[in-house]
Amino acid sequence: MKHFGGASLFLDRHDINTDEIIPAKYLTENSKLDLKPYMLEDLRLEGFDPASAEARAARVIVSRQNFGCGSSREHAVWVFEVNGINVVIAESFARIFRQNMFNCGMLAIELPSADIATLFAARPAEIGVDLEQGLVKADGREFFFTLNSFDRDLVRAGGWLAYADRKY
Amino acid sequence: MGQTITEKIFAAHHRDSPGGDSVVLDIDVVMCHEITTPIAINDLMERGMDRVFDPDKIKAVIDHVTPSKDSKTATQAKILRDWARRHAIRDFFDIGANGVCHALFPEKGFIRPGYTVIMGDSHTCTHGAFGAFAAGVGTTDLEVGILKGVCSFRLPQTIKVTIKGELPTGVYAKDVILRLIKELTVKGATDAIMEFVGPVVDRLSMESRMTLCNMAIEAGATCGVCLPDRVTAQYLWPFIDEQYDSLDQAVADFKRWHSDPDAVYARELTLDVSSLVPQVTYGYKPDEVMDAAELEGTRIDQVYIGSCTNGRLEDLREALRILAGRSVAPGVRGIVSPATPHVYAQALSEGLIQQFVAAGFCVTNPTCGACLGMSNGVLAPGEVCASTTNRNFNGRMGKGGMVHLMSPLSAAAAAVAGCITDPRKYL
Ligand code: SF4
Repeated sequence: MKHFGGASLFLDRHDINTDEIIPAKYLTENSKLDLKPYMLEDLRLEGFDPASAEARAARVIVSRQNFGCGSSREHAVWVFEVNGINVVIAESFARIFRQNMFNCGMLAIELPSADIATLFAARPAEIGVDLEQGLVKADGREFFFTLNSFDRDLVRAGGWLAYADRKY
Repeated sequence: MGQTITEKIFAAHHRDSPGGDSVVLDIDVVMCHEITTPIAINDLMERGMDRVFDPDKIKAVIDHVTPSKDSKTATQAKILRDWARRHAIRDFFDIGANGVCHALFPEKGFIRPGYTVIMGDSHTCTHGAFGAFAAGVGTTDLEVGILKGVCSFRLPQTIKVTIKGELPTGVYAKDVILRLIKELTVKGATDAIMEFVGPVVDRLSMESRMTLCNMAIEAGATCGVCLPDRVTAQYLWPFIDEQYDSLDQAVADFKRWHSDPDAVYARELTLDVSSLVPQVTYGYKPDEVMDAAELEGTRIDQVYIGSCTNGRLEDLREALRILAGRSVAPGVRGIVSPATPHVYAQALSEGLIQQFVAAGFCVTNPTCGACLGMSNGVLAPGEVCASTTNRNFNGRMGKGGMVHLMSPLSAAAAAVAGCITDPRKYL
Protein backbone atom coordinates (compact mmCIF):
# COMPACT_ATOMS: atom_id res chain seq x y z
CA MET A 1 0.00 0.00 0.00
CA LYS A 2 1.16 3.52 -0.74
CA HIS A 3 2.04 6.10 1.91
CA PHE A 4 -0.59 8.77 2.45
CA GLY A 5 -0.01 12.22 3.93
CA GLY A 6 2.62 14.93 4.22
CA ALA A 7 3.22 18.44 2.93
CA SER A 8 0.11 20.13 1.57
CA LEU A 9 -0.64 22.08 -1.59
CA PHE A 10 -3.82 24.16 -1.70
CA LEU A 11 -5.37 24.76 -5.12
CA ASP A 12 -8.20 27.21 -4.53
CA ARG A 13 -10.44 26.73 -7.54
CA HIS A 14 -13.38 24.65 -8.76
CA ASP A 15 -13.29 22.52 -11.92
CA ILE A 16 -9.54 22.03 -12.27
CA ASN A 17 -9.33 19.88 -15.40
CA THR A 18 -6.86 17.21 -16.46
CA ASP A 19 -5.59 19.32 -19.38
CA GLU A 20 -4.37 21.79 -16.74
CA ILE A 21 -2.83 19.01 -14.64
CA ILE A 22 -0.94 17.57 -17.61
CA PRO A 23 -1.24 19.23 -21.04
CA ALA A 24 -2.00 17.06 -24.08
CA LYS A 25 1.37 17.73 -25.66
CA TYR A 26 3.03 15.54 -23.03
CA LEU A 27 0.78 12.57 -23.74
CA THR A 28 3.37 11.29 -26.17
CA GLU A 29 5.52 10.14 -23.23
CA ASN A 30 5.40 6.40 -22.75
CA SER A 31 6.82 6.33 -19.24
CA LYS A 32 5.22 7.77 -16.12
CA LEU A 33 8.52 9.18 -14.85
CA ASP A 34 8.98 11.31 -17.96
CA LEU A 35 5.84 13.23 -17.01
CA LYS A 36 7.38 14.45 -13.75
CA PRO A 37 8.48 18.00 -14.72
CA TYR A 38 5.13 18.98 -16.25
CA MET A 39 2.76 18.69 -13.29
CA LEU A 40 0.07 21.43 -13.24
CA GLU A 41 1.88 23.31 -15.97
CA ASP A 42 -1.25 24.89 -17.47
CA LEU A 43 -3.14 25.50 -14.21
CA ARG A 44 -5.11 28.71 -14.35
CA LEU A 45 -4.67 29.97 -10.79
CA GLU A 46 -3.51 33.44 -9.77
CA GLY A 47 -0.06 33.36 -8.19
CA PHE A 48 0.47 29.62 -8.69
CA ASP A 49 3.91 28.54 -9.87
CA PRO A 50 4.23 24.85 -10.74
CA ALA A 51 8.01 25.12 -10.26
CA SER A 52 7.73 26.56 -6.71
CA ALA A 53 9.28 24.70 -3.79
CA GLU A 54 5.81 24.32 -2.26
CA ALA A 55 4.42 22.60 -5.37
CA ARG A 56 7.47 20.37 -5.67
CA ALA A 57 7.40 19.30 -2.01
CA ALA A 58 3.68 18.56 -1.94
CA ARG A 59 2.37 15.14 -0.86
CA VAL A 60 -1.32 16.05 -0.46
CA ILE A 61 -3.44 18.31 -2.68
CA VAL A 62 -6.51 20.09 -1.34
CA SER A 63 -8.96 21.60 -3.80
CA ARG A 64 -12.62 22.54 -4.30
CA GLN A 65 -15.40 21.06 -6.48
CA ASN A 66 -15.24 18.77 -9.53
CA PHE A 67 -11.51 18.19 -9.36
CA GLY A 68 -10.04 16.36 -12.37
CA CYS A 69 -12.79 17.04 -14.88
CA GLY A 70 -12.37 16.72 -18.63
CA SER A 71 -10.07 14.30 -20.39
CA SER A 72 -9.84 10.69 -19.18
CA ARG A 73 -6.02 10.77 -19.26
CA GLU A 74 -4.64 8.76 -16.36
CA HIS A 75 -1.47 10.77 -16.92
CA ALA A 76 -3.08 13.32 -14.58
CA VAL A 77 -2.96 10.74 -11.78
CA TRP A 78 0.50 9.47 -12.71
CA VAL A 79 2.03 12.94 -12.77
CA PHE A 80 0.91 13.27 -9.15
CA GLU A 81 2.15 9.77 -8.32
CA VAL A 82 5.65 10.34 -9.72
CA ASN A 83 5.81 13.63 -7.82
CA GLY A 84 4.99 11.83 -4.56
CA ILE A 85 1.39 13.01 -4.29
CA ASN A 86 -0.85 10.05 -3.42
CA VAL A 87 -3.82 11.92 -1.97
CA VAL A 88 -6.19 14.54 -3.35
CA ILE A 89 -8.79 15.94 -0.95
CA ALA A 90 -11.65 17.84 -2.55
CA GLU A 91 -15.29 18.70 -2.16
CA SER A 92 -16.07 16.54 -5.21
CA PHE A 93 -14.35 14.80 -8.12
CA ALA A 94 -15.04 14.10 -11.75
CA ARG A 95 -15.87 10.40 -12.14
CA ILE A 96 -13.01 9.24 -14.36
CA PHE A 97 -10.30 11.03 -12.38
CA ARG A 98 -11.66 9.64 -9.10
CA GLN A 99 -11.75 6.10 -10.48
CA ASN A 100 -8.25 6.49 -11.94
CA MET A 101 -6.94 7.47 -8.48
CA PHE A 102 -8.37 4.36 -6.80
CA ASN A 103 -7.37 2.21 -9.77
CA CYS A 104 -3.77 3.26 -9.08
CA GLY A 105 -4.14 2.55 -5.36
CA MET A 106 -4.27 6.27 -4.56
CA LEU A 107 -6.77 8.23 -2.51
CA ALA A 108 -9.44 10.64 -3.75
CA ILE A 109 -11.04 11.85 -0.53
CA GLU A 110 -14.29 13.79 -0.57
CA LEU A 111 -14.98 16.09 2.38
CA PRO A 112 -18.06 18.27 2.99
CA SER A 113 -17.75 21.89 1.88
CA ALA A 114 -17.57 23.12 5.49
CA ASP A 115 -14.53 20.92 6.15
CA ILE A 116 -12.89 22.03 2.92
CA ALA A 117 -13.55 25.65 3.92
CA THR A 118 -11.96 25.01 7.32
CA LEU A 119 -8.91 23.49 5.69
CA PHE A 120 -8.56 26.42 3.29
CA ALA A 121 -8.90 28.90 6.14
CA ALA A 122 -6.16 27.21 8.17
CA ARG A 123 -3.97 26.06 5.29
CA PRO A 124 -1.99 23.61 7.44
CA ALA A 125 1.49 22.86 6.07
CA GLU A 126 1.12 19.15 6.86
CA ILE A 127 -1.89 16.88 6.41
CA GLY A 128 -2.11 13.35 7.77
CA VAL A 129 -4.40 10.60 6.52
CA ASP A 130 -5.49 7.55 8.51
CA LEU A 131 -7.07 5.19 5.99
CA GLU A 132 -8.25 2.60 8.51
CA GLN A 133 -10.08 5.11 10.70
CA GLY A 134 -11.18 7.29 7.78
CA LEU A 135 -9.58 10.43 9.19
CA VAL A 136 -7.86 13.44 7.71
CA LYS A 137 -5.70 15.08 10.39
CA ALA A 138 -4.44 18.64 10.23
CA ASP A 139 -3.58 21.34 12.80
CA GLY A 140 -4.75 19.12 15.64
CA ARG A 141 -8.18 18.69 14.07
CA GLU A 142 -9.76 15.59 12.58
CA PHE A 143 -12.10 15.33 9.63
CA PHE A 144 -14.03 12.14 8.96
CA PHE A 145 -14.32 10.72 5.48
CA THR A 146 -16.01 7.62 4.11
CA LEU A 147 -14.88 5.47 1.23
CA ASN A 148 -16.89 3.12 -0.92
CA SER A 149 -15.77 -0.31 0.39
CA PHE A 150 -14.70 -1.37 -3.10
CA ASP A 151 -12.53 1.74 -3.46
CA ARG A 152 -10.93 0.95 -0.09
CA ASP A 153 -10.21 -2.59 -1.29
CA LEU A 154 -8.58 -1.18 -4.42
CA VAL A 155 -6.27 0.97 -2.30
CA ARG A 156 -5.39 -2.02 -0.11
CA ALA A 157 -4.80 -4.24 -3.15
CA GLY A 158 -2.50 -1.62 -4.68
CA GLY A 159 -4.87 -0.92 -7.56
CA TRP A 160 -7.47 -2.37 -9.93
CA LEU A 161 -5.13 -4.46 -12.05
CA ALA A 162 -3.87 -6.46 -9.08
CA TYR A 163 -7.42 -6.75 -7.72
CA ALA A 164 -8.99 -7.80 -11.03
CA ASP A 165 -6.24 -10.23 -11.89
CA ARG A 166 -6.88 -12.09 -8.67
CA LYS A 167 -10.65 -12.05 -8.85
CA TYR A 168 -11.82 -12.24 -12.48
CA MET B 1 -40.27 -0.56 -10.14
CA GLY B 2 -39.39 0.27 -13.72
CA GLN B 3 -35.88 0.51 -15.06
CA THR B 4 -34.07 3.01 -17.22
CA ILE B 5 -32.24 1.85 -20.34
CA THR B 6 -28.96 2.08 -18.45
CA GLU B 7 -30.26 -0.01 -15.55
CA LYS B 8 -31.38 -2.65 -18.06
CA ILE B 9 -27.95 -2.69 -19.70
CA PHE B 10 -26.25 -2.90 -16.30
CA ALA B 11 -28.49 -5.82 -15.27
CA ALA B 12 -27.78 -7.66 -18.52
CA HIS B 13 -24.00 -7.28 -18.09
CA HIS B 14 -23.66 -7.73 -14.33
CA ARG B 15 -20.59 -9.73 -13.35
CA ASP B 16 -19.99 -8.81 -9.73
CA SER B 17 -20.96 -6.51 -6.89
CA PRO B 18 -17.59 -5.91 -5.26
CA GLY B 19 -18.83 -3.59 -2.50
CA GLY B 20 -20.34 -0.19 -1.93
CA ASP B 21 -22.50 0.91 -4.82
CA SER B 22 -19.95 -0.36 -7.32
CA VAL B 23 -20.64 -3.04 -9.88
CA VAL B 24 -18.39 -4.88 -12.28
CA LEU B 25 -19.79 -5.26 -15.80
CA ASP B 26 -18.92 -7.51 -18.71
CA ILE B 27 -17.82 -5.32 -21.61
CA ASP B 28 -18.89 -5.92 -25.22
CA VAL B 29 -16.47 -3.58 -26.96
CA VAL B 30 -13.09 -2.30 -25.76
CA MET B 31 -11.85 0.47 -28.02
CA CYS B 32 -8.27 1.67 -28.18
CA HIS B 33 -6.33 4.60 -29.65
CA GLU B 34 -2.67 5.39 -29.83
CA ILE B 35 -2.48 7.99 -27.06
CA THR B 36 -3.82 6.13 -24.03
CA THR B 37 -3.30 2.48 -25.09
CA PRO B 38 0.48 2.13 -25.69
CA ILE B 39 1.24 2.89 -22.06
CA ALA B 40 -1.28 0.19 -21.09
CA ILE B 41 0.36 -2.24 -23.50
CA ASN B 42 3.82 -1.46 -22.11
CA ASP B 43 2.61 -1.92 -18.57
CA LEU B 44 0.95 -5.27 -19.36
CA MET B 45 4.15 -6.43 -21.04
CA GLU B 46 6.27 -5.41 -18.06
CA ARG B 47 3.97 -7.39 -15.78
CA GLY B 48 4.15 -10.43 -18.03
CA MET B 49 0.43 -10.06 -18.80
CA ASP B 50 0.52 -9.30 -22.53
CA ARG B 51 -2.80 -10.98 -23.31
CA VAL B 52 -6.22 -9.90 -24.63
CA PHE B 53 -9.55 -11.33 -23.45
CA ASP B 54 -11.09 -11.53 -26.93
CA PRO B 55 -9.44 -10.04 -30.03
CA ASP B 56 -12.81 -9.72 -31.78
CA LYS B 57 -14.17 -7.47 -29.05
CA ILE B 58 -11.21 -5.11 -29.23
CA LYS B 59 -11.17 -2.32 -31.80
CA ALA B 60 -8.12 -0.12 -32.33
CA VAL B 61 -7.30 2.98 -34.33
CA ILE B 62 -4.49 5.46 -34.78
CA ASP B 63 -6.34 8.76 -34.91
CA HIS B 64 -5.05 11.45 -32.59
CA VAL B 65 -1.75 12.13 -34.34
CA THR B 66 -1.72 10.63 -37.82
CA PRO B 67 0.42 10.59 -39.90
CA SER B 68 2.86 10.55 -36.97
CA LYS B 69 4.55 13.93 -36.46
CA ASP B 70 7.76 12.90 -34.67
CA SER B 71 9.60 9.90 -33.20
CA LYS B 72 7.53 9.85 -30.04
CA THR B 73 4.18 9.71 -31.80
CA ALA B 74 5.59 7.29 -34.36
CA THR B 75 6.58 5.05 -31.45
CA GLN B 76 3.10 5.25 -29.95
CA ALA B 77 1.60 4.26 -33.30
CA LYS B 78 4.08 1.42 -33.65
CA ILE B 79 3.35 0.04 -30.19
CA LEU B 80 -0.37 -0.10 -31.00
CA ARG B 81 0.23 -1.49 -34.51
CA ASP B 82 2.58 -4.24 -33.30
CA TRP B 83 0.22 -5.17 -30.50
CA ALA B 84 -2.79 -5.41 -32.85
CA ARG B 85 -0.79 -7.69 -35.12
CA ARG B 86 0.55 -9.80 -32.25
CA HIS B 87 -2.94 -10.49 -30.93
CA ALA B 88 -4.68 -10.83 -34.31
CA ILE B 89 -6.97 -7.86 -33.67
CA ARG B 90 -8.71 -7.66 -37.03
CA ASP B 91 -10.46 -4.37 -36.47
CA PHE B 92 -7.34 -2.23 -36.40
CA PHE B 93 -7.36 0.96 -38.48
CA ASP B 94 -4.13 2.52 -39.69
CA ILE B 95 -3.22 5.18 -42.28
CA GLY B 96 -5.60 5.10 -45.23
CA ALA B 97 -8.33 3.46 -43.20
CA ASN B 98 -8.16 5.50 -39.99
CA GLY B 99 -10.36 8.29 -38.72
CA VAL B 100 -11.54 9.85 -35.47
CA CYS B 101 -12.46 6.93 -33.20
CA HIS B 102 -15.93 8.11 -32.18
CA ALA B 103 -16.89 8.71 -35.80
CA LEU B 104 -15.16 5.66 -37.28
CA PHE B 105 -16.33 2.89 -34.93
CA PRO B 106 -20.06 3.70 -35.24
CA GLU B 107 -19.65 3.84 -39.02
CA LYS B 108 -18.27 0.30 -38.93
CA GLY B 109 -21.35 -0.91 -37.08
CA PHE B 110 -19.41 -1.87 -33.95
CA ILE B 111 -21.88 -0.27 -31.54
CA ARG B 112 -25.31 -1.83 -31.03
CA PRO B 113 -28.24 -1.11 -28.71
CA GLY B 114 -27.74 -2.66 -25.28
CA TYR B 115 -23.95 -2.89 -25.58
CA THR B 116 -21.39 -1.93 -22.97
CA VAL B 117 -18.46 -0.01 -24.41
CA ILE B 118 -15.30 1.42 -22.86
CA MET B 119 -12.35 3.33 -24.24
CA GLY B 120 -9.45 5.27 -22.80
CA ASP B 121 -11.06 8.45 -24.02
CA SER B 122 -13.56 10.68 -22.27
CA HIS B 123 -15.74 11.22 -25.35
CA THR B 124 -16.64 7.53 -25.49
CA CYS B 125 -20.02 8.77 -24.23
CA THR B 126 -20.72 9.53 -27.93
CA HIS B 127 -21.71 5.90 -28.55
CA GLY B 128 -24.65 6.12 -26.18
CA ALA B 129 -26.43 7.59 -29.20
CA PHE B 130 -27.03 3.97 -30.26
CA GLY B 131 -28.76 3.04 -27.02
CA ALA B 132 -25.56 1.65 -25.53
CA PHE B 133 -23.77 2.30 -22.25
CA ALA B 134 -20.46 3.76 -23.35
CA ALA B 135 -18.00 5.33 -20.94
CA GLY B 136 -14.58 6.90 -21.06
CA VAL B 137 -12.07 5.30 -18.71
CA GLY B 138 -8.45 5.69 -17.70
CA THR B 139 -5.55 3.51 -18.72
CA THR B 140 -5.80 1.07 -15.79
CA ASP B 141 -9.47 0.42 -16.56
CA LEU B 142 -8.45 -0.03 -20.17
CA GLU B 143 -5.76 -2.57 -19.18
CA VAL B 144 -8.24 -4.58 -17.15
CA GLY B 145 -10.75 -4.33 -20.01
CA ILE B 146 -8.18 -5.65 -22.48
CA LEU B 147 -7.11 -8.42 -20.14
CA LYS B 148 -10.40 -9.50 -18.56
CA GLY B 149 -13.26 -7.89 -20.49
CA VAL B 150 -14.68 -6.27 -17.36
CA CYS B 151 -14.91 -2.76 -15.92
CA SER B 152 -16.19 -1.29 -12.66
CA PHE B 153 -18.76 1.47 -12.37
CA ARG B 154 -20.87 2.94 -9.64
CA LEU B 155 -24.58 2.24 -10.00
CA PRO B 156 -25.81 4.95 -12.34
CA GLN B 157 -28.30 7.66 -11.68
CA THR B 158 -30.07 9.06 -14.68
CA ILE B 159 -31.00 12.61 -15.60
CA LYS B 160 -33.88 12.59 -18.05
CA VAL B 161 -33.46 15.39 -20.56
CA THR B 162 -36.59 16.01 -22.59
CA ILE B 163 -36.02 18.09 -25.69
CA LYS B 164 -39.19 19.45 -27.20
CA GLY B 165 -40.35 22.04 -29.68
CA GLU B 166 -38.99 22.58 -33.17
CA LEU B 167 -35.33 23.29 -33.98
CA PRO B 168 -35.30 26.68 -35.73
CA THR B 169 -33.33 27.17 -38.96
CA GLY B 170 -29.61 27.48 -38.27
CA VAL B 171 -29.85 25.80 -34.86
CA TYR B 172 -28.47 22.31 -34.36
CA ALA B 173 -27.79 19.51 -31.89
CA LYS B 174 -24.54 21.34 -31.03
CA ASP B 175 -26.46 24.42 -29.93
CA VAL B 176 -28.83 22.23 -27.91
CA ILE B 177 -26.03 20.46 -26.03
CA LEU B 178 -24.12 23.70 -25.38
CA ARG B 179 -27.32 25.18 -23.94
CA LEU B 180 -27.85 22.09 -21.76
CA ILE B 181 -24.26 22.18 -20.46
CA LYS B 182 -24.74 25.84 -19.58
CA GLU B 183 -27.80 24.87 -17.57
CA LEU B 184 -26.26 21.82 -15.88
CA THR B 185 -22.73 23.30 -15.48
CA VAL B 186 -19.56 21.23 -15.94
CA LYS B 187 -20.37 19.17 -12.86
CA GLY B 188 -24.17 18.99 -12.96
CA ALA B 189 -24.27 15.46 -14.38
CA THR B 190 -21.28 13.92 -12.57
CA ASP B 191 -21.80 10.21 -11.89
CA ALA B 192 -25.04 10.35 -13.88
CA ILE B 193 -26.30 9.32 -17.30
CA MET B 194 -27.95 11.94 -19.49
CA GLU B 195 -30.88 10.25 -21.21
CA PHE B 196 -32.04 12.35 -24.17
CA VAL B 197 -35.71 11.90 -25.07
CA GLY B 198 -38.56 13.81 -26.67
CA PRO B 199 -39.82 14.72 -30.11
CA VAL B 200 -36.71 16.66 -31.13
CA VAL B 201 -34.42 13.70 -30.34
CA ASP B 202 -36.78 11.33 -32.19
CA ARG B 203 -36.36 13.42 -35.33
CA LEU B 204 -32.57 13.81 -35.06
CA SER B 205 -30.28 11.82 -37.37
CA MET B 206 -27.77 9.40 -35.82
CA GLU B 207 -25.06 11.96 -36.58
CA SER B 208 -26.84 14.66 -34.59
CA ARG B 209 -27.58 12.23 -31.77
CA MET B 210 -23.86 11.50 -31.63
CA THR B 211 -23.14 15.24 -31.36
CA LEU B 212 -25.60 15.42 -28.47
CA CYS B 213 -24.15 12.43 -26.59
CA ASN B 214 -20.54 13.41 -27.40
CA MET B 215 -20.64 16.41 -25.09
CA ALA B 216 -22.46 14.73 -22.17
CA ILE B 217 -19.05 14.37 -20.50
CA GLU B 218 -18.69 18.15 -20.57
CA ALA B 219 -21.48 18.26 -18.00
CA GLY B 220 -19.63 15.52 -16.09
CA ALA B 221 -21.94 12.71 -17.26
CA THR B 222 -20.71 9.13 -17.45
CA CYS B 223 -22.62 8.62 -20.68
CA GLY B 224 -25.24 10.25 -22.85
CA VAL B 225 -27.91 7.91 -24.21
CA CYS B 226 -30.69 7.95 -26.80
CA LEU B 227 -33.35 5.25 -27.00
CA PRO B 228 -32.73 3.01 -30.03
CA ASP B 229 -35.48 3.38 -32.64
CA ARG B 230 -36.10 3.27 -36.39
CA VAL B 231 -33.39 5.88 -37.06
CA THR B 232 -30.91 3.67 -35.17
CA ALA B 233 -32.07 0.56 -37.03
CA GLN B 234 -31.79 2.27 -40.39
CA TYR B 235 -28.24 3.42 -39.65
CA LEU B 236 -27.23 -0.06 -38.48
CA TRP B 237 -29.18 -1.97 -41.13
CA PRO B 238 -26.18 -2.97 -43.32
CA PHE B 239 -24.70 -4.66 -40.23
CA ILE B 240 -27.80 -6.29 -38.81
CA ASP B 241 -29.75 -7.33 -41.91
CA GLU B 242 -28.88 -10.98 -41.40
CA GLN B 243 -29.97 -10.87 -37.80
CA TYR B 244 -33.48 -9.54 -38.48
CA ASP B 245 -36.07 -10.36 -41.17
CA SER B 246 -37.11 -6.75 -41.48
CA LEU B 247 -36.41 -3.26 -40.24
CA ASP B 248 -39.67 -3.41 -38.28
CA GLN B 249 -38.46 -6.49 -36.48
CA ALA B 250 -35.22 -4.75 -35.51
CA VAL B 251 -37.13 -1.70 -34.28
CA ALA B 252 -39.41 -3.94 -32.22
CA ASP B 253 -36.45 -5.81 -30.76
CA PHE B 254 -34.67 -2.58 -29.82
CA LYS B 255 -37.68 -1.63 -27.69
CA ARG B 256 -36.57 -4.05 -25.00
CA TRP B 257 -33.87 -1.53 -24.12
CA HIS B 258 -36.27 1.40 -23.76
CA SER B 259 -36.67 2.90 -20.32
CA ASP B 260 -39.87 1.81 -18.61
CA PRO B 261 -42.59 4.45 -18.16
CA ASP B 262 -42.23 4.12 -14.38
CA ALA B 263 -38.43 4.26 -14.37
CA VAL B 264 -36.97 6.43 -11.63
CA TYR B 265 -34.86 9.45 -12.50
CA ALA B 266 -32.54 11.45 -10.26
CA ARG B 267 -33.58 14.61 -12.04
CA GLU B 268 -35.72 15.68 -14.98
CA LEU B 269 -34.96 18.56 -17.24
CA THR B 270 -36.95 19.92 -20.17
CA LEU B 271 -35.66 22.18 -22.90
CA ASP B 272 -37.96 23.74 -25.46
CA VAL B 273 -35.72 24.51 -28.41
CA SER B 274 -38.24 26.49 -30.45
CA SER B 275 -36.74 29.79 -29.34
CA LEU B 276 -33.12 28.58 -29.12
CA VAL B 277 -30.55 30.64 -31.05
CA PRO B 278 -26.98 29.67 -32.08
CA GLN B 279 -24.77 29.18 -29.02
CA VAL B 280 -21.02 29.66 -28.49
CA THR B 281 -18.64 29.32 -25.55
CA TYR B 282 -16.67 32.32 -24.33
CA GLY B 283 -14.29 31.11 -21.58
CA TYR B 284 -12.16 28.13 -20.66
CA LYS B 285 -15.03 25.91 -19.54
CA PRO B 286 -17.68 24.33 -21.76
CA ASP B 287 -20.47 25.66 -19.52
CA GLU B 288 -19.46 29.25 -20.25
CA VAL B 289 -21.99 29.60 -23.04
CA MET B 290 -23.83 32.56 -24.55
CA ASP B 291 -25.78 33.47 -27.68
CA ALA B 292 -23.51 33.85 -30.72
CA ALA B 293 -24.96 37.33 -31.20
CA GLU B 294 -23.62 38.39 -27.77
CA LEU B 295 -20.06 37.73 -28.96
CA GLU B 296 -20.66 39.41 -32.31
CA GLY B 297 -17.46 40.92 -33.67
CA THR B 298 -15.02 38.84 -31.60
CA ARG B 299 -12.00 38.64 -33.89
CA ILE B 300 -10.74 35.16 -34.83
CA ASP B 301 -7.51 33.83 -36.36
CA GLN B 302 -8.55 30.28 -37.21
CA VAL B 303 -11.65 28.23 -37.94
CA TYR B 304 -11.65 24.50 -37.30
CA ILE B 305 -14.35 22.19 -38.61
CA GLY B 306 -13.89 18.59 -37.58
CA SER B 307 -13.56 16.23 -34.56
CA CYS B 308 -15.76 13.54 -33.05
CA THR B 309 -18.33 16.22 -32.25
CA ASN B 310 -18.85 17.76 -35.68
CA GLY B 311 -16.65 16.22 -38.38
CA ARG B 312 -19.30 14.09 -40.06
CA LEU B 313 -20.95 14.48 -43.46
CA GLU B 314 -23.98 16.29 -42.13
CA ASP B 315 -21.64 18.81 -40.48
CA LEU B 316 -19.66 19.47 -43.66
CA ARG B 317 -22.87 19.92 -45.62
CA GLU B 318 -24.26 22.39 -43.10
CA ALA B 319 -21.02 24.43 -43.03
CA LEU B 320 -21.17 24.69 -46.82
CA ARG B 321 -24.62 26.25 -46.65
CA ILE B 322 -22.65 29.37 -45.81
CA LEU B 323 -19.20 28.67 -47.25
CA ALA B 324 -20.25 27.59 -50.75
CA GLY B 325 -19.55 30.43 -53.13
CA ARG B 326 -17.99 32.56 -50.39
CA SER B 327 -14.40 32.93 -49.18
CA VAL B 328 -12.63 32.82 -45.87
CA ALA B 329 -12.09 36.39 -44.61
CA PRO B 330 -8.57 37.83 -45.12
CA GLY B 331 -6.23 36.86 -42.29
CA VAL B 332 -8.33 33.89 -41.18
CA ARG B 333 -7.08 30.31 -41.54
CA GLY B 334 -9.77 27.76 -42.33
CA ILE B 335 -9.12 24.08 -41.61
CA VAL B 336 -11.52 21.20 -42.17
CA SER B 337 -10.81 17.61 -41.11
CA PRO B 338 -13.37 15.11 -42.41
CA ALA B 339 -13.70 12.67 -39.51
CA THR B 340 -13.30 9.38 -41.41
CA PRO B 341 -12.19 8.07 -44.82
CA HIS B 342 -15.84 7.40 -45.63
CA VAL B 343 -16.77 11.00 -44.82
CA TYR B 344 -13.81 12.17 -46.91
CA ALA B 345 -14.68 9.97 -49.92
CA GLN B 346 -18.37 10.86 -49.78
CA ALA B 347 -17.52 14.56 -49.44
CA LEU B 348 -15.35 14.25 -52.51
CA SER B 349 -18.02 12.56 -54.57
CA GLU B 350 -20.61 15.15 -53.51
CA GLY B 351 -18.21 17.95 -54.43
CA LEU B 352 -17.98 19.20 -50.84
CA ILE B 353 -14.20 19.03 -50.61
CA GLN B 354 -13.90 21.09 -53.79
CA GLN B 355 -16.19 23.72 -52.29
CA PHE B 356 -14.11 23.92 -49.12
CA VAL B 357 -10.96 24.35 -51.20
CA ALA B 358 -12.65 27.00 -53.33
CA ALA B 359 -13.61 28.87 -50.16
CA GLY B 360 -9.94 28.89 -49.13
CA PHE B 361 -9.98 26.08 -46.57
CA CYS B 362 -7.12 23.68 -45.93
CA VAL B 363 -8.47 20.11 -46.01
CA THR B 364 -6.59 17.63 -43.81
CA ASN B 365 -6.74 13.87 -43.67
CA PRO B 366 -9.17 12.29 -41.18
CA THR B 367 -7.63 12.84 -37.71
CA CYS B 368 -8.30 14.54 -34.37
CA GLY B 369 -6.03 17.32 -35.62
CA ALA B 370 -6.41 20.72 -34.04
CA CYS B 371 -8.99 19.49 -31.52
CA LEU B 372 -6.36 18.66 -28.93
CA GLY B 373 -3.46 20.66 -30.32
CA MET B 374 -1.11 17.70 -30.56
CA SER B 375 -0.36 17.68 -34.26
CA ASN B 376 -1.69 20.23 -36.75
CA GLY B 377 -3.67 23.43 -36.37
CA VAL B 378 -2.03 24.50 -33.11
CA LEU B 379 -2.70 28.10 -32.04
CA ALA B 380 0.00 30.62 -31.13
CA PRO B 381 -0.34 32.43 -27.78
CA GLY B 382 -3.07 35.04 -28.00
CA GLU B 383 -4.73 33.48 -31.04
CA VAL B 384 -8.42 32.68 -31.23
CA CYS B 385 -10.18 29.79 -32.93
CA ALA B 386 -13.84 29.30 -33.84
CA SER B 387 -14.13 25.53 -33.51
CA THR B 388 -16.68 22.77 -33.90
CA THR B 389 -14.88 20.66 -31.28
CA ASN B 390 -15.97 19.93 -27.71
CA ARG B 391 -13.38 21.45 -25.35
CA ASN B 392 -12.28 25.01 -24.77
CA PHE B 393 -9.93 24.28 -21.87
CA ASN B 394 -6.95 26.53 -21.29
CA GLY B 395 -4.18 25.43 -23.66
CA ARG B 396 -6.31 22.80 -25.39
CA MET B 397 -5.46 23.91 -28.96
CA GLY B 398 -2.10 25.40 -28.01
CA LYS B 399 -0.70 27.26 -25.03
CA GLY B 400 -2.20 30.72 -24.67
CA GLY B 401 -4.84 30.10 -27.33
CA MET B 402 -8.58 30.67 -26.96
CA VAL B 403 -11.15 28.27 -28.39
CA HIS B 404 -14.81 29.19 -28.94
CA LEU B 405 -16.98 26.11 -29.37
CA MET B 406 -19.89 26.32 -31.81
CA SER B 407 -21.83 24.51 -34.53
CA PRO B 408 -20.41 23.95 -38.04
CA LEU B 409 -22.79 26.61 -39.37
CA SER B 410 -21.58 29.16 -36.80
CA ALA B 411 -17.95 28.26 -37.53
CA ALA B 412 -18.55 28.72 -41.26
CA ALA B 413 -20.11 32.13 -40.60
CA ALA B 414 -17.12 33.09 -38.46
CA ALA B 415 -14.78 32.05 -41.28
CA VAL B 416 -16.54 34.31 -43.75
CA ALA B 417 -17.02 37.25 -41.36
CA GLY B 418 -13.56 37.01 -39.74
CA CYS B 419 -15.25 37.23 -36.36
CA ILE B 420 -17.88 35.47 -34.31
CA THR B 421 -21.31 36.28 -35.63
CA ASP B 422 -24.88 35.02 -35.75
CA PRO B 423 -24.76 32.57 -38.67
CA ARG B 424 -28.42 32.96 -39.52
CA LYS B 425 -27.83 36.23 -41.32
CA TYR B 426 -25.85 34.35 -43.99
CA LEU B 427 -28.62 31.87 -44.74
S1 SF4 C 1 -11.61 14.62 -31.98
FE1 SF4 C 1 -10.90 15.64 -30.14
S2 SF4 C 1 -12.34 15.11 -28.53
FE2 SF4 C 1 -12.68 13.69 -30.26
S3 SF4 C 1 -11.44 11.88 -29.77
FE3 SF4 C 1 -10.16 13.23 -31.02
S4 SF4 C 1 -9.04 14.52 -29.55
FE4 SF4 C 1 -10.73 13.57 -28.45
